[in-house]
Amino acid sequence: DLPALPVPGDTSVLAGVYGPAEAKLSKELPDRAALEVLLRPKVGLPGVLERSREQLLRQTCEAVVLGVLHPRTAITLVLQVLSDAGSLLSCCLNAACIGLLDAGLPLSSLFCGVTCALDPDGTIILDPTTRQEQEARAVLSFAIDSSERKVLMASTKGSCSIEEMQQCLAAAQRAADTIFQFYRDSVRRRYSKS
Amino acid sequence: KENCRPDGRELGEFRATTVNIGNIFFSLGSITTADGSALVKLGNTTVICGVKAELAAPAADSANKGYIVPNVELPSLCSERFRSGPPGEEAQAASQFIADVIENSQMIVKEDLCIANGKLAWVLYCDIICLDYDGNLLDASVFALLAALKNVQLSSVTINEETGLSEVNLKQKTPLIIRKHPVATSFAIFDDTLLIVDPTAEEEDLATGTVTIVTDEEGRLCSVHKPGGSPLTGAKLQDCITRAITRHKEVKKLIDKVIKSITPK
Repeated sequence: DLPALPVPGDTSVLAGVYGPAEAKLSKELPDRAALEVLLRPKVGLPGVLERSREQLLRQTCEAVVLGVLHPRTAITLVLQVLSDAGSLLSCCLNAACIGLLDAGLPLSSLFCGVTCALDPDGTIILDPTTRQEQEARAVLSFAIDSSERKVLMASTKGSCSIEEMQQCLAAAQRAADTIFQFYRDSVRRRYSKS
Repeated sequence: KENCRPDGRELGEFRATTVNIGNIFFSLGSITTADGSALVKLGNTTVICGVKAELAAPAADSANKGYIVPNVELPSLCSERFRSGPPGEEAQAASQFIADVIENSQMIVKEDLCIANGKLAWVLYCDIICLDYDGNLLDASVFALLAALKNVQLSSVTINEETGLSEVNLKQKTPLIIRKHPVATSFAIFDDTLLIVDPTAEEEDLATGTVTIVTDEEGRLCSVHKPGGSPLTGAKLQDCITRAITRHKEVKKLIDKVIKSITPK
């Protein structure tokens, strides 16, 4: 129904949001909408990694979507990876949020995804490329919400010290401002034409 | 009663893992057919991990690395919420989480598993099976995995120069080299005000989010796993991390005590 396509660098993910539609009896929840996320990789069949990412995305969206307004319905979010040049998880998060926005679903707040890589000498790199991610000793992805810049989702790869994590989190929260501005501009552009 | 949970615990209290040696009940070496095994009970949550070591040729692009293949199973016998059939999302996400913990913490360096560069390496199949699901699966699984790996004895393998075949000597065994000891601590979040440690299944169902922090003995963070759910401030996250570090010390002491008590052979 409604595709959305944010592009940090050369990573691009297409998001399609369908719903709220009638849910299958086995999947329907009596008091809220049932959210389902399907992540399709560029090449190959979805595997365990995609499943774990789907779980992260689904629970992040569930925290934000006001599902209680649409009980016994199903909302499906399909994400197709078109190209991957690093920071894939945050690209998926951004695509998901814009998709939900575009679909007009009631949300309690917006969220954005930011990935930070810690390279071997401790510098923080935001939105790393695939090469930077491989060389980094830790890659941290956060989903930051728009109302109070709190952490909605956190996922880390590699190990880091606690201070480094806090620094990355602070950097991500600052970067979130730029991304939310981008959301605003995109939505304004889309609706000002029509 | 304020600040008290249905089973009488405080918010920051872990479940008494049946007393065998300390707080957590676990036994090592229960499965005789596996190369290493451990059974962990965290309250009612029971998880068993069996490690089998087999031989294989290393991959072409990483000729000096072995493999570690974790697999978490949530059979229908552990809880009525799981149906029999292909692994559901929770089992797959847990398997991915365990694989990430092994990789992030570098608890086993894959190069240590190599026997002959490009020809032969060990593959460790780690099967983690939940026997009784009462919440906090990730903590119990990581613990079971760590204990089982500490229990693993690898036979010595040599490659016969003339025939080029491998010869396994079952009598000569060396323990697996474990470099780091990651410990997971899970919290359940309720509407971004309340944080409780070690949730039971009932508490998990009612919670609005969960966080799992994995730390190693140097106080480094191996994983911060917060799959969505209610938002948390940075300060609250820091509280979780501090609690996780304390927990790590308790668990490490326990593991060391048990290992010491079974080692004299």
